[in-house]
Amino acid sequence: MPKQSPSPDWQDMALGTAITEPGSAKYQRTGDWRSSGPVWDLDKCIKCGVCAVFCPEGCITMRADGYPEADMEYCKGCAICVCECWAVCISMVEEKE
Amino acid sequence: MLELRFHGRGGQGAVTSAELIALAAIAQGKFAQAFPSFGPERRGAPVMAFARIDDKQIRNRTAVSNPDAVVVLDPHILHIANSSDGLSKDGLQVVNTMRSADEIREEYNLKGRLITVDANHIAEQEIGRVITNTTMLGALIRATGVIERELLVDELKVRFGRLAEGNINAFNRAYEECCVEKG
Amino acid sequence: MAERKGMEVSIAIAEAASACDVDCIAAYPITPQTHVVEHLSEIVADGDLDAEFIPVESEHAAMSCCCGCASAGARTFTATASQGLALMHEILFIAANLRLPMVMVVANRSLSGPISIWNDHSDVMTERDVGWVQVFAENGQEAVDMVIMGHRISEDKRILLPLMVNFDGFILSHMVEPIEMPTREEVKKFLPDFEPQQRLDIDDPITMGPVGMPVVYTEAKMAAEWAVRNSYEPMVEIMGEFEKEFGRKYKPVETYRTDDAEILLIMMGGIAETAMTWVDKVRDEGVKVGLVRFRMWRPLPVDDFKKAIAGAKVLGVLDRHFSPGGPGGPMAQEIKYMLYGQDHAPKIVETVVGLGGRDVNFSDFDQIFDRCKEVLGGAPIPPFELIQVRGGHYGKA
Repeated sequence: MPKQSPSPDWQDMALGTAITEPGSAKYQRTGDWRSSGPVWDLDKCIKCGVCAVFCPEGCITMRADGYPEADMEYCKGCAICVCECWAVCISMVEEKE
Repeated sequence: MLELRFHGRGGQGAVTSAELIALAAIAQGKFAQAFPSFGPERRGAPVMAFARIDDKQIRNRTAVSNPDAVVVLDPHILHIANSSDGLSKDGLQVVNTMRSADEIREEYNLKGRLITVDANHIAEQEIGRVITNTTMLGALIRATGVIERELLVDELKVRFGRLAEGNINAFNRAYEECCVEKG
Repeated sequence: MAERKGMEVSIAIAEAASACDVDCIAAYPITPQTHVVEHLSEIVADGDLDAEFIPVESEHAAMSCCCGCASAGARTFTATASQGLALMHEILFIAANLRLPMVMVVANRSLSGPISIWNDHSDVMTERDVGWVQVFAENGQEAVDMVIMGHRISEDKRILLPLMVNFDGFILSHMVEPIEMPTREEVKKFLPDFEPQQRLDIDDPITMGPVGMPVVYTEAKMAAEWAVRNSYEPMVEIMGEFEKEFGRKYKPVETYRTDDAEILLIMMGGIAETAMTWVDKVRDEGVKVGLVRFRMWRPLPVDDFKKAIAGAKVLGVLDRHFSPGGPGGPMAQEIKYMLYGQDHAPKIVETVVGLGGRDVNFSDFDQIFDRCKEVLGGAPIPPFELIQVRGGHYGKA
């Protein structure tokens, strides 16, 4: 749970409406926004990491074996990784019910 | 309270004249104001500057409309500006001219007691340029006695640094050479 | 020891900011404020003040830079006027709502059009809602003092708000007059080093200026309202401390010869000084009239104002701005707000004077005073009026 209440009384608001907890964006589970998500064809992947660099959520990390992996808790399905991938190895796949 | 109005052209130093006399008055422990006619500065255009000097705090912040003394820095200004406008009853005008007081009074219908000085000539000789603002202050101080002469010389030293000597000489010569009409 | 010296007021303001040892100045030159920032840039370039002078490309950038500087924990100063203040408009709200201490002097000037560089209060009066503390100076000494007090007020942990010092363009900004300039040591005694309550710090990160969803915006606004309204008490306290240190007394609402006066003229800024001279004159003639002026404009000092006008029958209000097609001048509107519904409230004669550099002199005060006397004698209250307009506000007589 966030340290700062998302709906405080005015007396309890931080000075200047600042967000005082570093990294509090983690409470936003943006994975819920996703209707389709990226799937990597690792045979074509060249481990360049450009998908991780461009991911606006910062949810793509490079695994120990050098291949990328998305944290689906936060991947919102924007498909920027698909557009940026040099090897054209990422495709968007509809979420299953 | 003594209220002063300076007539000149943009770039001739009318504002500096008003400032120098106010600064000297303040250094003497008096109260003073100096301010330009508010607006965009344009070199060569007729401009005015104002000053007030008093022994007590000055709170009036209107334009000077009834000056006790007027200083005309440039003889040609008399063609285009009415230097007599609003001059107080016992007012005086210090005019840069090589002509006599009677002559210019006649031609421009000037009011008040006239103090004349050939400031162009003095400035040319002492400063090397026809910038008459410091020269005219000599005649003004002589005519009004409002500020101690030495205090104004001090202000000239501060303002003009290495150029002060010429300005001080011009100031002193105007003080001695101006023609003061009897009141 | 403070030295009494003849100085142009703009230069004095720059020297005052320097004496406050400001860290950052981000400013864009605009008439009639130019000499302030011009001189500050000289002071910094000469090495007499260890500060960052940021010559920006516009006032919008100036205020944005100031927000950045203050967020980083720097003592921040800027100056502007007229169109420049208007161009800052959207950022002014942000500075206030981020609770960023800074001092801005505004050389009050009219807004175009027609193009005008001369003095009135239309620039500041259109910025009443921005959430800044706003004060008015009537002469050069007050402007200098307000800059020094301003930093202290703005940085006070109980306040933490940006502060605007208003002084009349040209009438004050271009005036050479005697100023007692406190030394840097004297100022330092009164104004300790700035210790920000919070700042952008990579070792202790926070986010400033996040989105305010509908679920928090109202609360944020309420917090801002509370902050400005409650800056009153500490401000008065700081004015008292300033008096102790420097011997000059300031009050939220200033009065002049109001004793037993049935008619009071209300105004703010430099024309009040001329009005004092006028009051002296008519008082000598045996007429009972006094002056009331707002020193503090935000927060609006309601109780002080009511106390200042207690006993008066007619108030002649001299606004320097008005809202076309609206309810007249802003000061008159706010005075009506303060007195509405009050028993035995004085009658209000609303006038607008001194627009775009029109000189305000004794004959104008005479005319307004005559209107007030007529109302005191039972005449109906006239509608708000631009009394100096040729052709008459309500047609030719």
